[in-house]
Amino acid sequence: MKKVGIVTGGTTKFTKTDISIESLLVSAIKQIFDNSSNLSQKDVDVVLTSTNANNKYLANITSELSGMAPKIAHSVESLCNSGTNCIVSAYAYISSGLADVALVAGAEKTDSPGLVLDWDKSRGQYKHPIYWSSMFTSAHKRKFGTTLEDLAYVGANNHRNALDTPYAYFEKPFSVEEIMESKPLTENLRLLDCSMPCNGSAAILLASENVIKNFCEQPIWMTGIGQKAISASFTKNDDLTSMKSTILSASDAYKMSKKAAEDIDAAELHDAFSICEIIELEDLGLVPKGEGGSYVRRLYDTKDRKINPRGGLIGTGHPLGATGIAQTIEICQQLQGKAGKRQIDGAKTGLIHNMSAAATSSTVLILES
Amino acid sequence: MNKFEQELRNGNFVCGECSKCNKLVWPPSDLCNNCFNNVKWRPISKIAKLVEFSSKNDEYFCIAEFENQIRVMGKVENILNLHVGQTLTLVKCGFDGKEIFVFGLGD
Ligand SMILES: [Zn+2]
Repeated sequence: MKKVGIVTGGTTKFTKTDISIESLLVSAIKQIFDNSSNLSQKDVDVVLTSTNANNKYLANITSELSGMAPKIAHSVESLCNSGTNCIVSAYAYISSGLADVALVAGAEKTDSPGLVLDWDKSRGQYKHPIYWSSMFTSAHKRKFGTTLEDLAYVGANNHRNALDTPYAYFEKPFSVEEIMESKPLTENLRLLDCSMPCNGSAAILLASENVIKNFCEQPIWMTGIGQKAISASFTKNDDLTSMKSTILSASDAYKMSKKAAEDIDAAELHDAFSICEIIELEDLGLVPKGEGGSYVRRLYDTKDRKINPRGGLIGTGHPLGATGIAQTIEICQQLQGKAGKRQIDGAKTGLIHNMSAAATSSTVLILES
Repeated sequence: MNKFEQELRNGNFVCGECSKCNKLVWPPSDLCNNCFNNVKWRPISKIAKLVEFSSKNDEYFCIAEFENQIRVMGKVENILNLHVGQTLTLVKCGFDGKEIFVFGLGD
């Protein structure tokens, strides 16, 4: 298997402004070419698009609009973790030797059909994600004494971090009090505990070890990959204080990269709702089980950016198909020392966690400089 | 429309049971998810166990488990002091574009 590295990435502003999915994708792809002087369209062997939009033949359309005629072009859809699924597909094409250079571009619009999984009969009339989120919160509160105030710290951290992320949807901070007092959606979930669907795109360029030095001086290597699809129905996750798919995918990713949670300097976690970040911190082994709530308070008090340095989904917005790619770009920039005001000093190893539909599936990636 | 949805519209909660390996197949499907044989549709017990709950505008919703395996989300009516593990009764089910399950204490 060939080593696979990341060259660079580009992200459009996350907004509510109505722009076509094709325009969003091409705007993100433009940044890839702007950032890599030696890259020309003919170098790209693979173009993959990640979205839940119903647009057909999108990878081919995007390729044509960007002047590329790749060998392989297709879309990847897997709800909220489409982005990292797409990156893993690109990794596989390169590591197998089928391709040397792959461009992955994801985009979503505010009214994405991927926001609610209507198929899931086990959710009954409670199809909207706020209901599964409330179930996880109830369970975690009961077992570990996690409070709604703990949850508010997740939002406060992410909104504060997002202030330094130029493409973030939110451009103002929210205090713990403001989050606590935001509109209640259920007994244990408030509006500011939720990530915001928006329009946005992110693109990333991957290349094999044979050619990557042609395009950048500081490649970031993908050394660990774990993916697990437990089910599509929400109610197959037995223990609601945990995300089984996250535990399993993390274990595979750590094993493949020969790294452990203690080695992680920067992590992007899929905070679709604030409770998700707390459970993921625990299930990824970054904190002991039950201590996610106290840990996010500590992050806030010490202004520690280790978790969701760009502001997570809650701070930057959640354009589904672009999210996993934007998360990966952030960790890449952190490891290249190019994260500007968001920089975590000396970050060498980073982790991305991206999941779908109540964590019925998860992806964990580990990157190293 | 499949048998599950058809029956649910009539107020009956049915599920497929594999005619070969006896597995109860959930979510509903015409073929067993273990051995791919045809399923036989049968009524599911009305007794369920409360797995988890929360509320919205003072209306409780929950995850309940039937026959130690089938979990669904539904509404809880007329029960105060809910506690995880307690026994619920499916008092109503239906389909209006979404599957509707309503739990109560029963008789
Ligand atoms: Zn069977």
